[in-house]
Amino acid sequence: MAGPLTLYDKIIDRHRIMSLGAGVQGREERLLLYVDRTVLNEYTSPQAFSGLREAGRKVWRPQAALGVVDHVNSTAANRTDVVEDKGAQGQMDYFARNGRDFGIEMFDVQDPRQGIEHVVLPELGWVLPGMVIAAGDSHTTTYGAFGAVGFGIGTSDVEHLLATQTLPYTCLKRMRARFEGPLPVGVTAKDLIMTLIRKIGADGAAGHALEFAGEAIDALEVEGRMTICNMAVECGARVALMAADEKVFAYIAGRPRSPSSAMLAEAQKTWADMRTDKGAVFDREIVIQAAQVAPMVSWGTSPDQAGAIDDVVPDPKAVAADKRAGVVRALEYMDLAPGTPLSDIRIDRAFIGSCTNARLSDLRDAARILRGRRVAPGVRAMISPGSSSVRREAEAEGLDRVFVEAGFEWRRSGCSMCLAMNDDVLAPGERCASSTNRNFEGRQGTGGRTHLMSPAMVAAAAVTGRLTDVRTLKLLKA
Amino acid sequence: MEKFVSVKGVACPIPNANVDTDVIMPKQFLKGIDRSGLAQGLFHNLRFDERGNARKDFILNKPATQDSRFLVVGPNFGCGSSREHAVWGMLQYGIRAIIGTSFAGIFADNAANNGLLLVTLSASEIAALFDAIGPTGCEILVDLEAQVINAGDLSIAFSVDADRRTALLDGLDRIGGTLRHADSIRSFEAEYLKASPWLCDRIDA
Repeated sequence: MAGPLTLYDKIIDRHRIMSLGAGVQGREERLLLYVDRTVLNEYTSPQAFSGLREAGRKVWRPQAALGVVDHVNSTAANRTDVVEDKGAQGQMDYFARNGRDFGIEMFDVQDPRQGIEHVVLPELGWVLPGMVIAAGDSHTTTYGAFGAVGFGIGTSDVEHLLATQTLPYTCLKRMRARFEGPLPVGVTAKDLIMTLIRKIGADGAAGHALEFAGEAIDALEVEGRMTICNMAVECGARVALMAADEKVFAYIAGRPRSPSSAMLAEAQKTWADMRTDKGAVFDREIVIQAAQVAPMVSWGTSPDQAGAIDDVVPDPKAVAADKRAGVVRALEYMDLAPGTPLSDIRIDRAFIGSCTNARLSDLRDAARILRGRRVAPGVRAMISPGSSSVRREAEAEGLDRVFVEAGFEWRRSGCSMCLAMNDDVLAPGERCASSTNRNFEGRQGTGGRTHLMSPAMVAAAAVTGRLTDVRTLKLLKA
Repeated sequence: MEKFVSVKGVACPIPNANVDTDVIMPKQFLKGIDRSGLAQGLFHNLRFDERGNARKDFILNKPATQDSRFLVVGPNFGCGSSREHAVWGMLQYGIRAIIGTSFAGIFADNAANNGLLLVTLSASEIAALFDAIGPTGCEILVDLEAQVINAGDLSIAFSVDADRRTALLDGLDRIGGTLRHADSIRSFEAEYLKASPWLCDRIDA
């Protein structure tokens, strides 16, 4: 390839086995793509393994796959290998059997390495710059924080990947979002990505690989960058990317599965070129001034239906005609009146968890607000750490005591009430301040109402009983 | 997968933007280890109330549209979760094609891998199709061979990626197709891993 290239083009080019011709309606190349690694979960993989069995096929490279139970498991402190839900039990049992039969390492709920897949892989040191990682979960975009192409696939493609270590792939268009200037005090990675999603819409990056750049991104730690890449799928991006830097190299070093230091030194010579060249052309560019970003909360049933905490619930009559019907429907489902200040919205539940925002830095952010405070009367609050490892690290710092003293339930790890496939569920009509990624109708429970925000904002809402600008709460000493 | 050549049937309008896969196939239908039982799950929380009774006001519960073969939909259809159950449920319900202006990427791949035809039209074409089928839907013809939709007097040409069209028309085994290139994959892999040995460190036993 000649001329300046984007990071996305460089990574795809290194994984091109052969061209398969022109793509959809003659646009973009189709190719057979080599995939470095995958992660499997118990709910999107079973039919893929059944397909392999029916066709008598093996897994091409079993050591390039890792499985972790996360979606259906209990987060109760005293959980065991057995759950009441027969379907969930069947999925966990079949998952373990598939690991044994196909030679793939699987972490069950009692494994000390268990956790949400997109939290577990990075903390193991399994995600490296320049990789292609495809997996049966839409939030596989998270790995972009490491300069890796990560994307979600369905179960049929999981089967294809397991059988061949490849995917037939249509190249995406390239888009870049730049966050210029430093991040204001009290504003987090979650607020940056929610601001972008609101600006460009739930399909704003559809069909694109979305690269993030700019001073505010460079200033973030790796965990905050994961939050941004994770949620990029909520504006339609199939792939999210950030150039790997010294922070990423330092994050990777010394983890249980990361390469030895001699190997890492060798690898870094290659990784140094894993960034977009000066002058590379993007199909679309967006610039956001970080100084203008405020703490965000969603008010609707699509992640782009959100505003700064000092905004009001919009009036459908005042929004663009093509968005009006969606706003009317969302406000009806959310039981919100136009013009209501977002900070007047009272909550019943508070949830900190998910692959978006349940890493150690997220828990520290929440604990900072909760120290010396109590959850408001009538609010049920819970925290499910992103992984069992995060849970141990938080306990070693004493964060669990802060949460429990504040009145939060300190739970075990899993996807939990982000999508409520286990027994962590909102009752119909319940309203939840949530550090998760999707506010879809019924996502956290049939009839449940979700307001997305950062972990610190969830903590603030939990103690006041209503959506609250975290910047107005003074830090207290315990 | 069932072949798709030319199909006639009722088209049901669902014009909402950003219809997500949580709404298409709610969580309570994701607990299987096979693909069965998903017709009941399709749009379940919109089709049925808490007691399991059909909600009469939902479009797919109206007599004219309950046997729909096509959905005509708003933008960004199928966004959100990667759950292929959404596509399996569509096919089990009897939906053969979905016609809209844009589809979420993972949903579109899942549809292609299962023989659910997605037809992408321009905003003006989809507006004309919504007009033609009306708020309660009506019978249309979707011809993949000729790449044309007929709805009453309205006729709209469309195009589908050649690979996907062939797969839909002939019902190909994708994995078998790729494994025909097994030697190329193997030699690429050997060279690639040799050039990037850190990818094997602590992974290969």
